[in-house]
Amino acid sequence: MTRLDVRKTHKLYIGGVFPRSESGRTFEAVDAKGGFLANMALASRKDGRDAVLAARKAFGGWSSRTPYNRGQVLYRVAEVMEGRRDQLIEQIRSGAGVADKPATASVDAAIDRVVWYAGWADKYVQVLGNANPVSGPYFNLSSPEPTGVVAVVAPSDPLLGLVSVIAPAIATGNTVVVIASETVPVPAVTMSEIMATSDLPGGVVNILTGHAAEIAPWLASHMDVNALDLGGVEDPDLAASLEVAAADNLKRVLRAPTAQVDWLAEPSLARLEAFVETKTVWHPIGV
Amino acid sequence: MASTGKFEYAPAPESRTIVDIKSSYGLFIGGEFVDGNGTSFKSISPASEEVLAEVAEATEADVDRAVRAARQAYDKVWSKLPGSERAKYLYRIARIMAERSREFAVLESLDNGKPIKESRDVDLPLVSQWFFYYAGWADKLSYAGLGPDPRALGVAGQVIPWNFPIMMLAWKIAPALAAGNTVVLKPAETTPLTALLFAEVCQQADLPPGVVNIITGAGDTGQALVEHRDVDKVAFTGSTSVGKAIARSVAGTSKKVTLELGGKAANIVFDDAPLDQAVEGIVGGIFFNQGHVCCAGSRLLVQENVYDAVIDRLKARMSTLRLGDPLDKNTDIGAINSAEQLARIKELSDIGDAEGAERWSVPCEIPANGFWFPPTIFTGVTQAHRIAREEIFGPVLSVLTFRTPSEAVEKANNTPYGLSAGVWTEKGSRILSMANQLRAGVVWANTFNKFDPASPFGGYKESGYGREGGRHGLAAYLQGASA
Repeated sequence: MTRLDVRKTHKLYIGGVFPRSESGRTFEAVDAKGGFLANMALASRKDGRDAVLAARKAFGGWSSRTPYNRGQVLYRVAEVMEGRRDQLIEQIRSGAGVADKPATASVDAAIDRVVWYAGWADKYVQVLGNANPVSGPYFNLSSPEPTGVVAVVAPSDPLLGLVSVIAPAIATGNTVVVIASETVPVPAVTMSEIMATSDLPGGVVNILTGHAAEIAPWLASHMDVNALDLGGVEDPDLAASLEVAAADNLKRVLRAPTAQVDWLAEPSLARLEAFVETKTVWHPIGV
Repeated sequence: MASTGKFEYAPAPESRTIVDIKSSYGLFIGGEFVDGNGTSFKSISPASEEVLAEVAEATEADVDRAVRAARQAYDKVWSKLPGSERAKYLYRIARIMAERSREFAVLESLDNGKPIKESRDVDLPLVSQWFFYYAGWADKLSYAGLGPDPRALGVAGQVIPWNFPIMMLAWKIAPALAAGNTVVLKPAETTPLTALLFAEVCQQADLPPGVVNIITGAGDTGQALVEHRDVDKVAFTGSTSVGKAIARSVAGTSKKVTLELGGKAANIVFDDAPLDQAVEGIVGGIFFNQGHVCCAGSRLLVQENVYDAVIDRLKARMSTLRLGDPLDKNTDIGAINSAEQLARIKELSDIGDAEGAERWSVPCEIPANGFWFPPTIFTGVTQAHRIAREEIFGPVLSVLTFRTPSEAVEKANNTPYGLSAGVWTEKGSRILSMANQLRAGVVWANTFNKFDPASPFGGYKESGYGREGGRHGLAAYLQGASA
């Protein structure tokens, strides 16, 4: 007799735990041919607000970790991804309907991407900051600090795109609320399980599944969100309206890309730079 | 209070004959002054309400003409010049601004109301230095760590405020030109004259026509510039509410934006601070430029056990401040820039009274004409008071107290703004610990209101985004580079 498998309930990831949507709603994740894959939690605006609360709560602790420690944690995420490599490849294959080879390439690139950003965690300050030769007796230093809570609409590329926007934001000490790819949401749930078991403190990354057009406006206008990443917004009208909403508290906005992004290419520093603030300290010199 | 120990000074006014103010000014477009299509408005001296000149109010068509001049200059001339040649124009401007600095200082004090001591010793030296600093970057952009092949954005639309008119012009134009952009700049409607005089400097430097265009007008003109379709970059310094409107208006475009907005900075005095030095810093922090400073130290946080000592010394020091003729070399406190701003300061101060804070103003003689407000402190202020939350943008200080460093941090950060902060203590490790925890773009330790072209300036949160000054200031005017 064949064993009956235990199916997973796909839930949200908020504050380090896995709740269902408070709304009780679900939607069906389907494969590339439209076949049923799983019931997903359909996040509501209340889930979005809960996620912002969790991200804010986690910000103080995460941003004051040493950069070395944040790099360690990110590297640990890559290690756990490696252990789940086959599962991720299978989910990309079935969800996005791609062949084994490109699915494998994409998962491998995603793991390598996390390693790449893990290495940046204790270096970007040296690259983005500098001492300033002012005309006076001051030691004047500019250094980047995390912006705060970043709301992210993740790209449709369900894993490589997802980690390519999460990793740089948290490497610099921000905490994030992410709306996962709407069309292929299952790998994001696996990523949340990976992060929950990678020494990443609860609340640093919060992942919502559902409709970006429904949840994103609430995040864009939320007064305790400091920045907005529109990387996955494909509708220009939605992108513009989110940018307008973001102006209420002058969120830093990373606009939607105007051309197709090649996620396999090595990224620039742009995403590390997007969500940091330059602080300049004038320290007196004297005897 | 009797002004004990206050020296009597004879008037020592700086001569205004050094500057030749025309009775009316057009718009500076394509390298020459042209008539605008709109009406004109008057620029007055806020110290006397005397009309200084009539200035053109640029219409949407005028804005379009200026942007087209800037585009043409960018396409045909400026983008084709090597950086080393752009540098030489900027060095020329730096030198001319130094040579004509007294003339500019007098005009600035007349049009803005700030003491000649400040325009002469702070604003103008920084203007020349700003151009000199960025001149040197023009041919070294690929070394700035902002990408391997940094490229200009194109045409920059720049809107600047009335509190540091010529200095803000330098902060905007110098990095924009160094990075290879051309500009259309709109000075504030109450202080257009030094920008118009700067147009003459551009001519004197033989700057190619259209590289710098100066258009005058009020909010509508600024809005037309910001919203112009052919503007690639918007740089704005001014109020947070206008900054938000700009952020909305550029939504969905590819315009790059930097916003330098309001603030409500905490100036934190610990019990081990050198108190006399701290009091000088408190006074400079809030009364410099009549408090018309976005990064002004408008919330004083004093450690409880030195509260009485600090307040006594502060009142004694404030009593020696001289309010009056901006052109008098002994003047410490000049005129409030406009009747509108004076009304705003009075309104918020009255709210301070109504909400239960205790007002103390320097008992000084207020001139009969012009707009004036005596240096004022409010004690007994709580975090809920509007005078502790809203930017007054005048010579009004709100005083709060704290017991522990963590309480100071919590109170300092309890604001939607995040432009600057001050820390006064003899303990170096405490300076850096506080600096780490304060959510502000500039932290001054045992000093306040220091500016330098090599030092990035700009805010966190609702104080805006992007940096001006230093290597970081270049990023605001280059493609790809994050501001």
